[in-house]
Amino acid sequence: MAKFTLPKNSKVNKGKHVPAPEGASNVRTLHVYRYDPDSGENPRIDSYGLDLDKCGPMVLDALIKIKNEVDTTLTFRRSCREGVCGSCAMNINGTNTLACTLSLDDVKGDVVIHPLPHMPIIKDLVPDMGNFYAQYESIEPWLKTVSPDPAGSERLQSHEDRSKIDGLYECILCACCSTACPSYWWNSDRYLGPAALLQAYRWIADSRDEMTGERLDDLEDPFRLYRCHTIMNCTNVCPKGLNPAKAIAEIKKLVAERQG
Amino acid sequence: MTKFRTPISKVRGLGSARSGAHHWWHQRITAVVNLFLVLWFAASVMTLAGADYATIIWWVRDPIVSVLLVLLIGSLFYHFRLGVQIVIEDYVHDEGTKKISLLALTFATLALALAGILSVLKISFGG
Repeated sequence: MAKFTLPKNSKVNKGKHVPAPEGASNVRTLHVYRYDPDSGENPRIDSYGLDLDKCGPMVLDALIKIKNEVDTTLTFRRSCREGVCGSCAMNINGTNTLACTLSLDDVKGDVVIHPLPHMPIIKDLVPDMGNFYAQYESIEPWLKTVSPDPAGSERLQSHEDRSKIDGLYECILCACCSTACPSYWWNSDRYLGPAALLQAYRWIADSRDEMTGERLDDLEDPFRLYRCHTIMNCTNVCPKGLNPAKAIAEIKKLVAERQG
Repeated sequence: MTKFRTPISKVRGLGSARSGAHHWWHQRITAVVNLFLVLWFAASVMTLAGADYATIIWWVRDPIVSVLLVLLIGSLFYHFRLGVQIVIEDYVHDEGTKKISLLALTFATLALALAGILSVLKISFGG
């Protein structure tokens, strides 16, 4: 049955406040979720005053500045700092997005940073992505064929067919969409989530792939596919501007189409 | 023990049920059908506002009205059954409770739909 009370360690306490250095004129406050499961303590929200005149323009720059200069224990993932790797996906002022592509100027007032929602936390802003990546692996994201490889050339594709995977291949698997989906929150053990389903459709839509039917077989499931209730949070939050909800709708249409 | 299972083993789980398309399609069909039937029903009830008992009985006895009413009740309760099933599957995670809830839902819906349809037929056949 549904549980109506949260476990004890879900209660988030107020943490420490580190004020901005004296003489700073352009101050913004960042409230950052801190949690170390190994410590046995509850999560807390620490707040840091930052002098924006001495900080880079993006939210990720602010986090890096805190880690470098204020609190080295702050833990988060980051790599490319240009929206390509998907490492710094987190919840900023209530919306999942990439910290590296969100400008501090575009956030009004204090900046509130939480990890991606409803994920097990390893530390601070670092969620355990194990289940998410396994779901991606389960859709077998590679070209599968039954015909032998053509001798001396690639598998060819027309420009028109190639354009059908535009808006799909750009997905960087940051998990902003899946972790914004209420259906994924309640049933992520069985529902594949928007990211894995968009990736599944990327291979279904690929004219060179010859296992479309088998791919649809594996997806046609009350939970894997049909837990999508067209809530559209996925499309709203995608930091790459993709439309996972449409990709899922296309899969549902194909599954219905082959019924007769 | 799920402790030592790999993430991919948990995700692959019992495999795909290879069903769900019919549920999804029927929910959409009944939604569209309900839209028209409920509009017709609401409009009819409005035109019959203030009518006496005999007039209403006379209206229900019209064969076309009887058929549309039976269709409305069937489609409405089928759509209800499909929708509430989704809600139960979303939120009830204990397998036993889920199965019992779904069975109770099916029987309750069937009983209510049959009661409605029987009422229409009873009037229609002049019982």
